[in-house]
Amino acid sequence: MNITPVWAIFIGSIFTNNILFASFLGMCSFLVCSNKIDTALGLGSAVVFVMFCTTILNYVLYYYLLVPLKLEFLGFLIFIAVIAAFVQFVEMFVERFSPDLYYALGIFLPLITVNCAILGAALFMVIRKYNFVQSTFYGLGAGLGWALAIVLMAGLREKMGYSNVPTPLRGTGVVMMVAGVIAMAFMGFAGMLNIQ
Amino acid sequence: MSSSTAVSAAPSAAKWKKTLGDGLYTANPITRQILGICSTLAVTNRVDKALVMGAALIFVTGLSNLFLSLLRRLIPNRIRMIAEMAVVSTFVIVIDQFLRGFYWDISRQLGPYVALIITNCIVMGRGEAFALQNPPLLSLLDGAANAAGYAMMLAIVGIFRELLGSGSILGITLLSSAWYVKNQLLVLAPGAFFALGLLIWIFNVINPPVPRETEK
Repeated sequence: MNITPVWAIFIGSIFTNNILFASFLGMCSFLVCSNKIDTALGLGSAVVFVMFCTTILNYVLYYYLLVPLKLEFLGFLIFIAVIAAFVQFVEMFVERFSPDLYYALGIFLPLITVNCAILGAALFMVIRKYNFVQSTFYGLGAGLGWALAIVLMAGLREKMGYSNVPTPLRGTGVVMMVAGVIAMAFMGFAGMLNIQ
Repeated sequence: MSSSTAVSAAPSAAKWKKTLGDGLYTANPITRQILGICSTLAVTNRVDKALVMGAALIFVTGLSNLFLSLLRRLIPNRIRMIAEMAVVSTFVIVIDQFLRGFYWDISRQLGPYVALIITNCIVMGRGEAFALQNPPLLSLLDGAANAAGYAMMLAIVGIFRELLGSGSILGITLLSSAWYVKNQLLVLAPGAFFALGLLIWIFNVINPPVPRETEK
C-alpha cells in the first residue's frame, strides 16, 4: 500500500515526475507531433482523456480479475488490449456522435495505441501499488503532464523555425537539447515533493 | 499481403550483408530512424542496465520477427496490428519473467521499461516493415541486427553517462573522486536528453542523412 497523499501524486505527476521529462515515456509521438501548437494541443487532450480512462479500466481489470486468478504475469497483455480496444471504441463513438470533435481529435486517436506513456501509466500504477483513488489521479496527472510537455515544446519549436540551428543538429538533435533544458526546469520542483 | 516477392529463391549473400549493415549502422534505429527513444533515455544512466536492456531487445525483436515471418501468410491483413502485438507481448512476458526469476536486482532497477518493449517502436516497426514481407531467417537477422544497432547506441550513451556522471563503468571506479568532480547532471533525466542529442549530432556529422523528399 502506498501512503503518498492524493494531491501530492496529482501535482507530482504533472511537474516533478513528469511522465515525459522524468520517465521518458511517449517520446516517439512527442518528437513527431510537436511541430505546431494546434497539433500538440489536439494530441495532448486526446492523451489526457485516454490515459485517464484506461488507467481506471486497467486498475479494475488488474485487481479484480487478474490478481484473484493469480494471472498477474498476463498484465501486459491485458493492458495493451484494453488500450487498443478503448481507443478503437472512442474513435467509433466520437465519429458517430460528434463529428466536430472527431475532426479535431480523430486523427490522433490511432497514434495513441502505440504511445508508451499510456502503457507506462498502467505499469507505474501497479509497481507503485496505488489504490483506486490514487490511480485515478495519477492517470489524470500524468496525462496533463504529458500534454503540458508537448504543448511547451511545440511553442518553442514554432519560434525555433526562425533561428539558425547547425544543419546536422536540425530536427531531432536540437529537440533533444531543448527537452533537456525544459527537463532541468521541471526538476527544479523536485525539492518540494517527489512521488514514489 | 505481398507474398509474391517472398516466394522467390533464397536471398543472396549481398542481401544478407545489406540487412546486417542497415540495422547496425546505415539505418541505425536510434541515430537515423529515431525509434525506441524512450528506453534509450531511461536506462542509460548505468552501463549494466543498458547492456541488459540491449540483450532483452535483441531477444524480443529477433524472435518476434522470426515468428511473424513464419506466420505472415496466415495473418489476415485487417488484424495484423493486434497479431503483432500478441506475438511481441508473448516474448516480452518471457524475458520479463526470466529477468525476475534469475536477475531480480537488475529487473527491479529496470522497472517498467522491460514491459515497455511491447510499445517500443523498433519491434513493431521491424515486424511491420520487414518481417511481413521477407523469409523467416532473413527476418531473424534483420530483427537481431536492428536491435544490436540499438544495443550498441545504448552502450555508447551508457558508457558516456556513467563514466562522467558517476566516474565508473560497470561499477568499477575509473575516475577517482580525488581529482574528478562527478557531473551529477548526467545521471539525472536532463543529462539523458543532452547525451542523446549530442550522439545524434555526432552521427549526423560523420554520416550525413540522405535528404528525403517527404521531409519539410
